[in-house]
Amino acid sequence: MAKLTFKTELCKGCGLCVEVCPKKILQIAKDKINKKGHSPVEMTDQSQCIGCAFCATMCPDCIITVEK
Amino acid sequence: MIVFDKPKSLTDAPLHYCPGCTHGIIHRLVAEAIDELGIEGRTIGVAPVGCAVMAYDYFACDMVEAAHGRAPAVATGIKRANPENIVFTYQGDGDLASIGTAETVHSATRNENITVIFVNNAIYGMTGGQMAPTSLPGQITQTSPYGRDTNLCGFPVKICEMLSQLEGPEFLARVAVNNVKNIKNAKATIKKAFENQVNGKGFSLVEVISSCPTNWGMTPKDALKWIDDNMIPYYPLGVYKDRSGEAK
Amino acid sequence: MAEKVLMKGNEAIAEAAIKAGCRHYFGYPITPQTEIAAYMAKRMPKIGGTFLQAESEIAAINMVYGVSSAGKRVMTSSSSPGVALKSEGLSYLAGADLPAFVVNVQRGGPGLGGIQPSQSDYFQATKAGGHGDFRMIVLAPASVQEMADLTIKGFELADNYRMTAMILADGTMGQMMEPVEIRDSADIKTFDKPWAVTGTGMKREHNIVNSLYLKPEQLEKENFARFERYKKIEENEVMYEEFMMDDAEICIVAFGIAARVSQNAVVEARKQGIKAGMIRPITLWPFPKKRLLAAAEKVKTFISVELSMGQMVEDIELATKCTRPVMLCNRVGGMIPSPEEVLAKIKEAQGGIN
Repeated sequence: MAKLTFKTELCKGCGLCVEVCPKKILQIAKDKINKKGHSPVEMTDQSQCIGCAFCATMCPDCIITVEK
Repeated sequence: MIVFDKPKSLTDAPLHYCPGCTHGIIHRLVAEAIDELGIEGRTIGVAPVGCAVMAYDYFACDMVEAAHGRAPAVATGIKRANPENIVFTYQGDGDLASIGTAETVHSATRNENITVIFVNNAIYGMTGGQMAPTSLPGQITQTSPYGRDTNLCGFPVKICEMLSQLEGPEFLARVAVNNVKNIKNAKATIKKAFENQVNGKGFSLVEVISSCPTNWGMTPKDALKWIDDNMIPYYPLGVYKDRSGEAK
Repeated sequence: MAEKVLMKGNEAIAEAAIKAGCRHYFGYPITPQTEIAAYMAKRMPKIGGTFLQAESEIAAINMVYGVSSAGKRVMTSSSSPGVALKSEGLSYLAGADLPAFVVNVQRGGPGLGGIQPSQSDYFQATKAGGHGDFRMIVLAPASVQEMADLTIKGFELADNYRMTAMILADGTMGQMMEPVEIRDSADIKTFDKPWAVTGTGMKREHNIVNSLYLKPEQLEKENFARFERYKKIEENEVMYEEFMMDDAEICIVAFGIAARVSQNAVVEARKQGIKAGMIRPITLWPFPKKRLLAAAEKVKTFISVELSMGQMVEDIELATKCTRPVMLCNRVGGMIPSPEEVLAKIKEAQGGIN
């Protein structure tokens, strides 16, 4: 089982991680904004995560840490 | 067990780049190469004038800010001063392919033992989206508002192809960072470009096809698709020169 | 004990630079200073140094910036149009507080001009080295010995104050041959450079060599701090030589070849009973303002003798607070004033006094 940690305050809501997730378990939060005014990414279902790290590979701001 | 984390040779400073800008990915790939080769303590980076002008805040190694286009000359000085240092430049398309063309060509032909990271996003980002020497025919920019007219401004510059005609350089490759597969290949290529320097092989340049969602007027996701549809057909990915590889 | 050898001015600079510990030279051929590059091309490889003929004067000054940022002594040389190309680089060096040693062996201008000597880059060196608020230490040799001595002094000053020291020579100084004795390396001062980019070794925070400060408050602070250093230089590093000034009523102010010529004229003037003297600035920046102001008490007329359209006149006027007339005796385009021409000007000045 894989675990993801997000540095939400650094997320710019670019959505690239959402695009590349093969399990489609990431989305841009609709009801949250961080201190910088961006809507950050959030996980819909941690249990589905396979730890492929595609999201972290795509993230330009290194906000995702992947643990397996 | 952590399988993916921010590399140590990036500082904690939050990046100022636009949401979805590929600079962040490329910075990380450079930092990963430095981490994996264990060279942070002896690496010196040369920052350009362009969106990455503040790269000196993002890399944890010693950093030098260069004048526009002159990074390869500055890098030549740093490398000649202390050859055991690993010296890299990080430059955009204006820096490397417009004002810095002479420095680019001559550091390549001298086979300076440096690593050059060339971020090609076909536009001048920092100054607000003007035409670059790498802008595509017909591309609309602030200084080509009716689309790049090849009758007026000529055709885009293809750096890897151009430099591959020279005997001097060791390694020239073009990669992209618009999808996970391309990013993994880009990482390996950038690492090789640093490894070449560590092994004293000579001038290694990696041209990274990148996006500029803000000035292309697209979402980050659409910008990555634009790379596939328009940039890569014009700037084919691949290794354009690999002297040591060809010698085998 | 160093031996006296007969050397060309240009070559004396190169050899003195090497004695001063400079092991990196970047340059581009341009008359009348190419001998410096040629000398370095021969000497540097033999002592494990770098000689590189850069792709342009612009590339050369940026290579200098690179070596300097890495903490090593480095130089470049050029002549007037080539130095103009270096303007941006000189400004960057200043903004990043980097030491550098730059030589301008001046030729006729403006534009492509000519290849014969001039002193018409005085403004460029002392007022307009590049964009922004900054100064360079400007040294004006008047002999082959001074070409060597001021080179060594230049490297010491550049390192001590973290700025560019520029030798502003005229073509004659570069080309003439005179006996010269170059100081031993052991006597030459060196300086620690903890700010240099040498690799963190994972033992310290990273060093950043930079001139970009986007926050206005910070950029202002940097500028004020830099000018505090310049104030110290003005207080401590002025150099000049005076000749027959004790009772002089007519004072020639001249540097380089103009001073050599003027000295003959002063001697002749004295023979004819005219109370002439000369103050020869050796540092053009910092300019010997205090000495000139003091001279203005007794001196009735100053004469600037220059190989330019009078670029030094206003500095003499400002230094003397416009209390005395400042005449100009000048030749340009590669012409050099003769002692007779300078003497004629002295007599003209005398006529004005009588």
